[in-house]
Amino acid sequence: MGAGHGHHLHYHGHSPVHRLPAHAKLVALLLFVAAVVGTPRQALWAFAGYAVLLLGAMVIARVPAAYLLRRMIVELPFVVFAVLLPFIAVGPRVAVGPLSLSEAGLWGAWALLSKGTLGVGAAVLLGATTEPHELVRALDKLRLPQPLVQIAAFMLRYLEVILAELDRMRIARESRGFTARSIRHWPVLAATLGALFIRSYERGERVHLAMLSRGYTGRMPFAADLVATRQQWLTALALPLVGAGVCATAWAAGMP
Amino acid sequence: MHVPDGFLDAPTSLATAGVAALGVGVALRGARRELSDAAAPLAGLVAVFVFAGQLLNFPVGAGTSGHLVGATLAAVLVGPFTATLCLTVVLLVQALAFADGGVSALGTNVTLMALVAVWAGYAVFRLARALLPRAVASVPVAAAIAAFVSVPVTALAFCGLYAVGGQAPIDLSTLVVTMLGWHTAIGLGEAAITFLTVGSVVAARPDLAYGARDLLTTPELEIRTAAWT
Repeated sequence: MGAGHGHHLHYHGHSPVHRLPAHAKLVALLLFVAAVVGTPRQALWAFAGYAVLLLGAMVIARVPAAYLLRRMIVELPFVVFAVLLPFIAVGPRVAVGPLSLSEAGLWGAWALLSKGTLGVGAAVLLGATTEPHELVRALDKLRLPQPLVQIAAFMLRYLEVILAELDRMRIARESRGFTARSIRHWPVLAATLGALFIRSYERGERVHLAMLSRGYTGRMPFAADLVATRQQWLTALALPLVGAGVCATAWAAGMP
Repeated sequence: MHVPDGFLDAPTSLATAGVAALGVGVALRGARRELSDAAAPLAGLVAVFVFAGQLLNFPVGAGTSGHLVGATLAAVLVGPFTATLCLTVVLLVQALAFADGGVSALGTNVTLMALVAVWAGYAVFRLARALLPRAVASVPVAAAIAAFVSVPVTALAFCGLYAVGGQAPIDLSTLVVTMLGWHTAIGLGEAAITFLTVGSVVAARPDLAYGARDLLTTPELEIRTAAWT
């Protein structure tokens, strides 16, 4: 188990954003996304403002743009949907070049692209600057129900182990000359999945017993309590506070 | 594929968040009965299994492949309450650590995948089990039927949410017909994978599959006198 130390979700660094306590960053993310989603989509300038704010935070975090962009690829299926929206939406149509597009669809596509991209960008920034176990501590600090915190903690802890197990099964299949090419090969893959379930479940039982014998009472002790000073809260919340200002201005400007 | 931020409007997102919180709250109470004691490690490993299972690609041919949604599979293997919690955590981790699925759409995603998909699947599973003969062999069949129904039902729930809070008006009948058409096909794949996977688990360790546990008979301990004295 020496290879691959499973920090691919996290971009190691020591920037001011990396050093902020995880729960402050999580609250900042939630508020920032709430401001973005709550902004009327006609206020184009507001979204430019959010983009500048987020890009500023990304620069301060000193995470390479290429890394962030690669992580943002998850948004792709919805970009496709957004591109289709002006064609399939109903309502009055406008002529854009040779195409006749739905006006409501264009606005919808704009809202989806701008809000979705800002949301993904902000979440990627949190994921890149916060170690997974710090995220769990943040959820614990923010009083998410204990069972969910515990399940999340074990999930992140054993993610690499189970993925490595799945990879070993793939290597075992391939070293026996198997490559899945069509539906005829599904039984083999499903057997892999079945075996993975049994192995995961049995590992869960073993881990549980091992932990009980070491005095586990249903809650993981943390070495130190997660604390944020007033200064750190202010730094973390700077982004959503300015964002909330932008959102409020957009609403006020939108009023007749 | 998870719903991103800004896909549905704010009131719909808030309403689904409320539904999700309520449903997860009920599942937190219910899961205590399904899991022996405070077995968070077990549920955590099942969550990883669901996550890893979604990464395994099943080739369909012509260079395309699909993967499992896994809601019905999880409900049949570990029980609906635990499955709700596991899928909720999978969605939470995907939203926070992988940026897959919007943070503000987390309630929507949990409602669709951890509540509708799991419980629709489990309800159909129980119904099918009641109609099929009482045997371990009918468990994979019932699971397959449940998976087949669960996927289009979830798609339909998504259409409902889009009708209430979508960003742009789409002709609803077209949306429903397209979504149902695609998801019936996806449901067939889901059914096949669920059938095969549940089959392989039940063949090796039927005691681990929640949906098969009531069919197992514990053999009575027999004290036999040795014949060769």
